[in-house]
Amino acid sequence: MEISYQGATTFIQTAGFAIDADKPSVCFVHGAGMDHAVWTLFVRWFARNGYNALAVDLRGHGRSGGEALTSVEAMADWLLGLLSTLGVKAVGLAGHSMGSLIALQAAATGGAAVRKLALLGFGYPMAVGAPLLDAARANDPVAVDMMTIWGHDFGAQIGGHQVPGLSISTISKRRFEAARPGVLFADLNACHTYAGGAEAAAALSCPVSLILGERDRMTAVRGAREFAKALPKASIEIIPGCGHGMMEEKPEQTHKALVKALVV
Amino acid sequence: MSGPRYLGFDTLSLHAGQRPDAQTGSRAAPIYQTTSFVFDDAERASGLFGQMRAGYVYSRVANPTVAVLEERVAALEGGVGAVATASGMAAIHLALATLTGQGSHIVSSRALYGGTHNLLAYTLPRFGISTTLVDPRDPAAFAAAIRPDTKLIYAETVGNPRGEVLDIPAVAEVAHAAGIPLVIDATLTTPWLSQPLALGADIVVHSLTKFIGGHGVAIGGAVVDGGRFDWEASGRFPQITDRDMGLNELDFAEDFGPAAFIMRARLEGLRDFGGCLSPGNAFYLLQGLETLPLRMRQHVSNAQAIAEFLAANPAVSQVTHAGLPTHPDYALAQRLMPRGAGAVFSFEIKGGRAAGRKFIDALQLFSHLANVGDAKSLVIHPASTTHARLDAAALERAGISEGLVRLSIGLEDPQDLIDDLARALGVSQK
Repeated sequence: MEISYQGATTFIQTAGFAIDADKPSVCFVHGAGMDHAVWTLFVRWFARNGYNALAVDLRGHGRSGGEALTSVEAMADWLLGLLSTLGVKAVGLAGHSMGSLIALQAAATGGAAVRKLALLGFGYPMAVGAPLLDAARANDPVAVDMMTIWGHDFGAQIGGHQVPGLSISTISKRRFEAARPGVLFADLNACHTYAGGAEAAAALSCPVSLILGERDRMTAVRGAREFAKALPKASIEIIPGCGHGMMEEKPEQTHKALVKALVV
Repeated sequence: MSGPRYLGFDTLSLHAGQRPDAQTGSRAAPIYQTTSFVFDDAERASGLFGQMRAGYVYSRVANPTVAVLEERVAALEGGVGAVATASGMAAIHLALATLTGQGSHIVSSRALYGGTHNLLAYTLPRFGISTTLVDPRDPAAFAAAIRPDTKLIYAETVGNPRGEVLDIPAVAEVAHAAGIPLVIDATLTTPWLSQPLALGADIVVHSLTKFIGGHGVAIGGAVVDGGRFDWEASGRFPQITDRDMGLNELDFAEDFGPAAFIMRARLEGLRDFGGCLSPGNAFYLLQGLETLPLRMRQHVSNAQAIAEFLAANPAVSQVTHAGLPTHPDYALAQRLMPRGAGAVFSFEIKGGRAAGRKFIDALQLFSHLANVGDAKSLVIHPASTTHARLDAAALERAGISEGLVRLSIGLEDPQDLIDDLARALGVSQK
């Protein structure tokens, strides 16, 4: 669905379903330079199993208009405002990579509105290397290559997509290529400069599931494990043989982890 | 700025799509010779049928052995995905049927494989789909033929038998200016010689039967999606951009983003038309694909040597190989396919139909048959075989002269091939 929100067209994938106030809700937040379509299988499953399932296109991403926001805090506020506008009062929130920082921040500031939290491809701090930041700042296609190659386990280039016939790495590459100029840098810089993780962790009261790729080259498992010690109700799911892009690399394992994390 | 590099073509031709089998460690892609796949439980079955889970249901729509081939072809072409089909013609039909419907119009190059020409000119009109054929060397002719109901431009990388080289970037620009995709048959060049998606095309079709298989033992085809065409912006493809109640309420562009076309081709096209590739044939084709780079180097090297030999032979009046400076598309071929202009080409033998027949009968090493792209060298004389019922005037209208001979150059010692041709050319002139 498309709505006008904060002066811009805003797209939310719902698998064709209208929002029903009587159903529980789950919301998915994509990572840097991405859009809602990384969540399609999961949105379709939750939508057909009794949930309002929402995958947002962040401002300036995918089918949403406006300028991309430049901080995790601003994106979290934007997300909470959007959910409120949609009439969603309580939500299970899942975010991937940058989206996991947004989800974390939104859960911390949204209080009881976020009742479950799933952080995929999570790391904190989410420092981004200078070569990638510089390439993204220059809108250099090399940034797309870095995101595509480092954003997956080595095996993703070999293939073996669980959705038959698809190329894991080329689909991701096309998504990054489709990002508007400046968006990837704005996103990566927002990750790089986000400093509210510890404070957010301290404010959380909902259960948190960390869903991590064993071979993640962008947000290593070790850092996420360390962060989880500060969370009151945390569980960790490690997906074997998986890199940072678990929704494409291991959709079945990601499905199971998300169901475990978000089903009420 | 330099960054990390992707795996190279030669590596992908060996590995793409297949990691060693997790259960058995099998290094070769196993042949999953099964019609169907057991569901773990009712919930997973429901998820697979509803496109909510990833996996396999029934081999008409997807099979693990076939999927290895699909991913490998997609990787070599630089596409987001591929669907393998029972033949090259099934691949063309799948691509066209996914993009068109009753009342649709196609603009196509007129330099086409005969089966494709027949499909466009005679068969598809029975289903309400018409085609305007244009000169492949004139991008403006493609533009002029586009109508409001046009759904795609179709062409081949290199024409057969005249060797017209398509200016893919120029024709892609024409297509995209009109909001329609460019579909390219790249059978004769394979991704080793030309990657149409990188040149601006949107969809590639292959007969895998030819150079990609290389062995001449299995029929197959593939459709590859480049993943860059903007279906929403085009506005001409509601089957891709609107929610489809007959296909699990999928909105392909919304749900699959860059893989919208190829997902529809699979979920509708294989489900409803059923032109799937068998796992056995997929296995055979994978064996060929593993050595594609090695074979193509030899194919084009041999073809170039033989084209140059023929061009200098007094029994030959013309050689239409784009690797020769005398060919009208030589400069274009050098720019778009610098590794070589392929190994299928034709030449004109002096003496017309009778000389052509004598030449064919005198060959000892070349196989006289109706195929191209085999590891073995092949020859056919259209005026005495595929077009034997046409008189000289009708042949001319089809772009084929009485003395035209088509060669598909194989991997033999090139001097042996030249010796065979030289002997037969001598006989033809007696």
